[in-house]
Amino acid sequence: MERRVAFESSFAIAEAARMADIDVCAAYPITPQTHIVERIAQLVADGELDANYVPVESEHSAMSSCLGSSAAGARTFIATAGQGLELMHEAVYVASGMRLPIVMAVCNRALSVPLSIWGDHSDVMAVRDTGWIQIFVENAQQAFDLTLCAFHIAEDPGVLLPTMVHIDGFHLSHVIEPVLLPDQEEVNKFLPRYHHPFVLDPNNPVTMGDFATPALYTETKVGQDTALRNSLKVILRVFQKFGEEFGRDYSPVETYKTEGADILLLTMGSFSEVAMEAVDGLREAGEKVGLVRLRLWRPFPFEQFRQAVSRARLLIVLDRALSFGGPGPVCSEIQAALYHLKERPEVIGFIGGLGGRDISVNGFQDMIHQGIDKAEQGKFGEVEVFDVRE
Amino acid sequence: MEAVNLYASRLVTRRQSFTPGHRACSGCGEALAVKLVMKALGRDVIVVMATGCMEVISTQLPYTAWEVPWIHTLFENAATVATGIESARKALLRKGTHLSKAKIVAMGGDGATFDIGTGALSGAFERGHDFLYVCLDNEAYMNTGIQRSSATPFGASTTTQPAGKVSFGQSTWKKNMPAIAVAHDIPYVATACHSYPFDLMNKVKKAVAVEGPSYLHIFAVCPTGWRIPTDMTIKLGRLAVETGVFPLYEVDNGKYSLSYEPPELRPVMDYLKPQGRFRHLTPELVDKIQQRVSREYARLMGKCGK
Ligand SMILES: Cc1ncc(C[n+]2csc(CCOP(=O)(O)OP(=O)(O)O)c2C)c(N)n1
Ligand SMILES: [Mg+2]
Repeated sequence: MERRVAFESSFAIAEAARMADIDVCAAYPITPQTHIVERIAQLVADGELDANYVPVESEHSAMSSCLGSSAAGARTFIATAGQGLELMHEAVYVASGMRLPIVMAVCNRALSVPLSIWGDHSDVMAVRDTGWIQIFVENAQQAFDLTLCAFHIAEDPGVLLPTMVHIDGFHLSHVIEPVLLPDQEEVNKFLPRYHHPFVLDPNNPVTMGDFATPALYTETKVGQDTALRNSLKVILRVFQKFGEEFGRDYSPVETYKTEGADILLLTMGSFSEVAMEAVDGLREAGEKVGLVRLRLWRPFPFEQFRQAVSRARLLIVLDRALSFGGPGPVCSEIQAALYHLKERPEVIGFIGGLGGRDISVNGFQDMIHQGIDKAEQGKFGEVEVFDVRE
Repeated sequence: MEAVNLYASRLVTRRQSFTPGHRACSGCGEALAVKLVMKALGRDVIVVMATGCMEVISTQLPYTAWEVPWIHTLFENAATVATGIESARKALLRKGTHLSKAKIVAMGGDGATFDIGTGALSGAFERGHDFLYVCLDNEAYMNTGIQRSSATPFGASTTTQPAGKVSFGQSTWKKNMPAIAVAHDIPYVATACHSYPFDLMNKVKKAVAVEGPSYLHIFAVCPTGWRIPTDMTIKLGRLAVETGVFPLYEVDNGKYSLSYEPPELRPVMDYLKPQGRFRHLTPELVDKIQQRVSREYARLMGKCGK
């Protein structure tokens, strides 16, 4: 029987790891991720999760430990945030290059300096090109659901790629919400034990992590990129299976009140729920506004994205990270994805919500109106940070 | 040390899991050490290797010199990757999912061990994982072109601390890495050299037999980096031991014992002289080195209760 509980999002993720029956978790504390791994450590200590918790001495070692664990064939989970993700950066690339289906929860956090423990997407953008599948969640239920899906996607024999689940630090990680928890049997049916075809086994020795000269490097990397692009089909299939078994539907790009909308706002992560309220208000006032939420950041869902936005007149993109001296990182990808289309919206980008700065319902409505004004004045291509104190 | 050491090569298996045909320089002491380690370990082993000469010479895609499961990820994390494998093994064995009880051995050069990976190694020792860490000490970053490390001996010329008109090269004394391992209170620590193959192999066997972490520090001569003829590798390893520059000893559960006690220490000059990296040394500097070696050796003898 499905249970309805009140869970902090961090606990929802830990619960998903427990129900996935992970074998190894290696982690290092960092706010706002710490509640996840503390919870896992407690579950292990209480005998409620049969896993080895490796209390490593740094995030670089957390990810390195996971590399070994996953290469040995264990279902492996890790969580981090901000500076932790930066410290493990080089090992993050190794996980995807070696096709190790590690699942990592990232509680998105701003980067130093100034030191900020609060949320934004600077850490996400710094790992954009690491070759991991990257999924954004918006609430505690999704945190649970999509962590389960992440294992399924990562371990699919046609994928075998590590997967990140992004949850906004504090704004989501520390929020207590109602969560529906399925039965363990249902989870087992959805997510059976997996067997990686190549593990470290003396009976069938393999060499992992060799070096390549220019004669072969390109080919190995193209193989990896192809695998990431092809994972989209599996992601769609897993989302569909999840919907059928648990009744909650997910897709790479999700829309809200986009029917007949001239103007669309695009968000990633937990701010989407506030943005929905903003859209509700504007709709009531008769404005043809809708919301597009990018759930899948990598592989970038080009087709689904174009379908979702192509009929709009204006697309306003919110970035929660600065690319110093350049355009907002999400916005520039969005523009590149649309550039060659005949029928496409104009794009206005805003940067906001940095270092935990909130954007309220009114704030989103303001942003949309400012975006409309800018478009009317032809001010495209400007990089504007929203809500900056004078 | 057993007298049989020099003559009993027929007692050693011919089977190699680190196979010939790799790309090491001729006379490479590290490759010889790895070969001996692997002969002692047999086939039921998983090898983790740090970035460095041994990784690069043995695994150029699409080839491999390894007939046992082998993994390389980065420069500084071999000990940690090993702890991940060990943790996975524990969990999977407990849960009944197949994973053999293979021994887990991590290897890294002196750069990987003394410098960039020290924190990771210390963490792995402190957590008490069941694995052997082998440090292959050729006293510099050889893979990248003979740069200094904290294992480089006083007075040696390297490309990042070269001898010059106003410099005599390395101005610091070699870090005592085995002592750092011992400070972690791990069950077994030992030093070895490829020029004493039976001693080396026995120590490998002992090290993997203990439960918990063990550390084997292997002195490996590098003709390319030390600027010596390639046929001098074995000889120079012996000279390092006979002069007291690199003593062979074990620390078994905290108890020090000398593995080989030369009847009388030879002067360090015998060891320094053939090497290009020391060619610039003045008699005063040689004297300074001699004093230091004698003092350190006496200290070690003290620890061994001699
Ligand atoms: C993070 C990082 N920094 C630097 C390097 C470059 N690098 C590769 S191997 C190496 C030196 C290896 O020296 P050592 O560990 O002594 O092994 P050896 O090659 O001498 O056997 C260096 C500096 C690297 N691969 N990764
Ligand atoms: Mg070296």
